[in-house]
Amino acid sequence: MTATDAPVVPVAPREEGADVAPADQRGGAARLALAPAIGAGLRRALEDDDRVVIMGEDVGRLGGVFRVTDGLQKDFGERRVIDTPLAESGIVGTAFGMALRGKRPVCEIQFDGFVYPAFDQIVTQVAKIHNRTGGAVGMPLTIRIPFGGGIGAVEHHSESPEAYFAHTAGLRVVSPSNPSDGYWMTRQAIAAPDPVIVFEPKRRYWEKGPVDFSAPPAEPLGGARLMTFGNGEASATIVTYGALVATAVEAAETAVGECSVDVVDLRSLSPIDFDTVEESVRRTGRLVVAHEAPVFMGLGAEVAARVTERCFYRLEAPVMRVGGFHTPYPAARAESHFVPDVDRILDALDQVLAQ
Amino acid sequence: MPTSGVMGPAADQADSPALRDRLGDVIDDRGALLRLYRDLAVLRRIDEQCLALARQGTLALWAPIAGQEAVLVGAARASDSHDHLFISYRESLMAYLRGVPPEQVLPMWRGSALGGWDPAEFGITNPAIIVGAHGLHATGYAMAAALDGTEDGAIAFFGDGATSQGDLNEALNFAAVATAPVVFFCTNNQYAISVPVAQQTAVQPAQRAQGFGIPSLRVDGNDVLAVLAATRIATAHVHAGGGPYFVEAVTYRLGPHTTNDDPTRYRSAAEMEAWRARDPVERMRGFLADRGMLAGSDDDAVRAAADEAAQRFRRTSAELPEPDEAGIFAHVYAAPHPLIDEERRAYADYLASIGQAAAAGPVGSSTGQEAPR
Repeated sequence: MTATDAPVVPVAPREEGADVAPADQRGGAARLALAPAIGAGLRRALEDDDRVVIMGEDVGRLGGVFRVTDGLQKDFGERRVIDTPLAESGIVGTAFGMALRGKRPVCEIQFDGFVYPAFDQIVTQVAKIHNRTGGAVGMPLTIRIPFGGGIGAVEHHSESPEAYFAHTAGLRVVSPSNPSDGYWMTRQAIAAPDPVIVFEPKRRYWEKGPVDFSAPPAEPLGGARLMTFGNGEASATIVTYGALVATAVEAAETAVGECSVDVVDLRSLSPIDFDTVEESVRRTGRLVVAHEAPVFMGLGAEVAARVTERCFYRLEAPVMRVGGFHTPYPAARAESHFVPDVDRILDALDQVLAQ
Repeated sequence: MPTSGVMGPAADQADSPALRDRLGDVIDDRGALLRLYRDLAVLRRIDEQCLALARQGTLALWAPIAGQEAVLVGAARASDSHDHLFISYRESLMAYLRGVPPEQVLPMWRGSALGGWDPAEFGITNPAIIVGAHGLHATGYAMAAALDGTEDGAIAFFGDGATSQGDLNEALNFAAVATAPVVFFCTNNQYAISVPVAQQTAVQPAQRAQGFGIPSLRVDGNDVLAVLAATRIATAHVHAGGGPYFVEAVTYRLGPHTTNDDPTRYRSAAEMEAWRARDPVERMRGFLADRGMLAGSDDDAVRAAADEAAQRFRRTSAELPEPDEAGIFAHVYAAPHPLIDEERRAYADYLASIGQAAAAGPVGSSTGQEAPR
C-alpha cells in the first residue's frame, strides 16, 4: 500500500464539550486538546509572520486527516496553506527551496511511515545545508509528523522513526506530550533558525489539558521536564517522551503507595537534556527508559549509555529499557503487545528497585 | 523530436529560425561572439588544469567538462540576476562564470570544505552531489518567488541520469501544478557514468517533460549560440508567467565521469572521435573564422586569457588553507547545541592531552559564528 491509497484513519471522537479558547489566543488560558492546540500554534505563527507557509497532503480543504490544520486555508488562503501533490520528497524538497527564498515552511507528513520517501531530502539536504555552506544558508524548516501507535491503524501508520532523525546532525527533534507543549513547541519550532522535526503523539491528539497562551512552559525548546510523584525522596527515575509520558505518569502514580518516582519528559530528542536526566538519576540511583520505538538502537540506548558515563557510581541497578520489539509494527489487533503499557513500565520499575 | 541548432554543421541537427530570432543582438556582433569564444576556451583550459591537479593529487577529485563547455557558457550568459541557478557538480565552473572566485570554487574539489560560497551573493547554489534533489529545491524557490509576486525564476541543471530520479519527476509535477517559474535544464551527455542514455530512459528527456504538461525544446548542446538562444526562450517563458519550461541540451562528455573513472571500458574510440569532430570550442572558432571575424591576434588574446585563468586555479589550489578541527564542529546548527559543544570541548581536551594545541578559534560554540569559513 502506498500513501496514494492509504486509508484515512478515523478521527477519534472528541471529549464531551467543545474546546474553549480565547478568541484571538493572544492571552489568557484555556483547556484544549493536543490537535487543536497545535493548530492554534500554527494559526498564531501564520498571523505573526508572513513568511510562514503550511504545506502538505490534504492540509488545506480537509484540514489534515487529523484536522490539525482545520480552518487555516479558509482563513489564510491557498497561497499560505498549500495542498501539495502526493509526494513526500516533493513536499520537503520544495519546502527546502522555499526556505532558500526566505520563507519559513511548515511541512506536514501525513503519517510516520510515509516520511521515508522524504528521508533523503531531510538527512542529506535539510540537515546539511547550513553546515555545507559554512553558515551562509539557514534552513528554518519545520516538519510535523504524527507518530506512534495505539490507534488501530493499518501498516505504516503507527511507527516511531525518531531515532533515524536524532542520529543525523543538523536536525532538531522534539515531541510534545501535552496540549501546552503542542501549542508552544509548534511556535518555537517555527521560530527556530534550524530545521526542527516535531513528532506529534497521534493517540494523544484528542486528550485535553491546560494551555496558557500568555507564557511558554518553563522549559526551553531543548529542555526536559522533571515531575516527581509521591512525598518522599524519589527511588527511581522514568525517562520517556511523547505518548508514553501519560503512561509513565500513570505508572508512577500507581507506584506511589510503595515509593516516590521521578518522571522525566524529555520533550527534546535531539539534543537531549542530559543534565536534567543526570540530576534525577544522581538522586534516585535507578533508571527506566521507556519509549514505543524498538528498544534496539533506540533513544533509550543513548540515554542509558550517557547515564552510565555520567553517574556510574551513583547507579544502584542496571538501567532498564522498556519499548517496542525488533519486529515490524504489528497488526492493529496485536499492537497492545508492542506498545508499552503501565504494567510493563511497573515491571521494569520492580526490577530496578529489587536491586 | 529534432535537435535544434544555429551554427551547423552537425548532421542530425536542424537549423532553427526560432533560435536565431533570439540572437539578434549577438549573431552579427563580433565582440559578443568573441566573448563567448573566449569563455569556451577559458573553461577548456581551466578544466585541463583541474584534471591535471587531480591527477597530481592536489585536488581530491574533478568532474571534467570537456565537450560540454557550450552548455555552461550558453546557459550562464543567457541567464540574468533574476534567475537563481541550482547546479550539480559538473556545473561548478558555471559558478566561476557567475563571478565566484577560484578560492571559493575549489575547496569542495580539494577536500577542504563541503561547499564554498554564499549562494545568495552570486545567485547560484553550491553543487548538488545527490543528483535530482536540487530539482525540487529550484521548484520550491520558484514557487516562493511567485508567492512574492516578483519576476525572479530558477534554473535547475542536471544530467540525463538524474531524469531517472524520483525527486526530479516530483519536481516536474510540482512545478507544472504550481505554474512555477522554473527552467529544467537537462544536459544529456549520453552517459550517466557508464550507463548510456538509452538504458536510462526509453523516451528522450525533452519528450518526457511534455507528459508533465511542460513545454520543451531539444537543442544542440555543442552549439553555444543554440544553448544561449534556448535558455533565453526558456527564461522568457517562465518570467512571463507561463510556468515551467524544459530544455534538453544534447552533448557529449569527452573525458571521464570523474578522475576515478575509465571511459574506455564503456565507450568506443570511434564514438569518442565522432564527438570530438563536434568539439564546441573548435566549432565556435570555425564559426568566427568562416565569417571573417577572427584575427590572429584574437586567438592570441584568448589563449593568454585561458592560460592566466588556468594559472590562477593552479596557484589558488596550492594556497587553500588546511581545515582544522574547529571547523568540523562549526555551523552544524544555527543556534547553540549542547551535544556539539560537549563533543567539541572533549576533542579539544583530548588534543591538548596528547600535546596538540587545539586550533585557534572558539571552543564551546556550536554555531561557529566566530570561526572562519
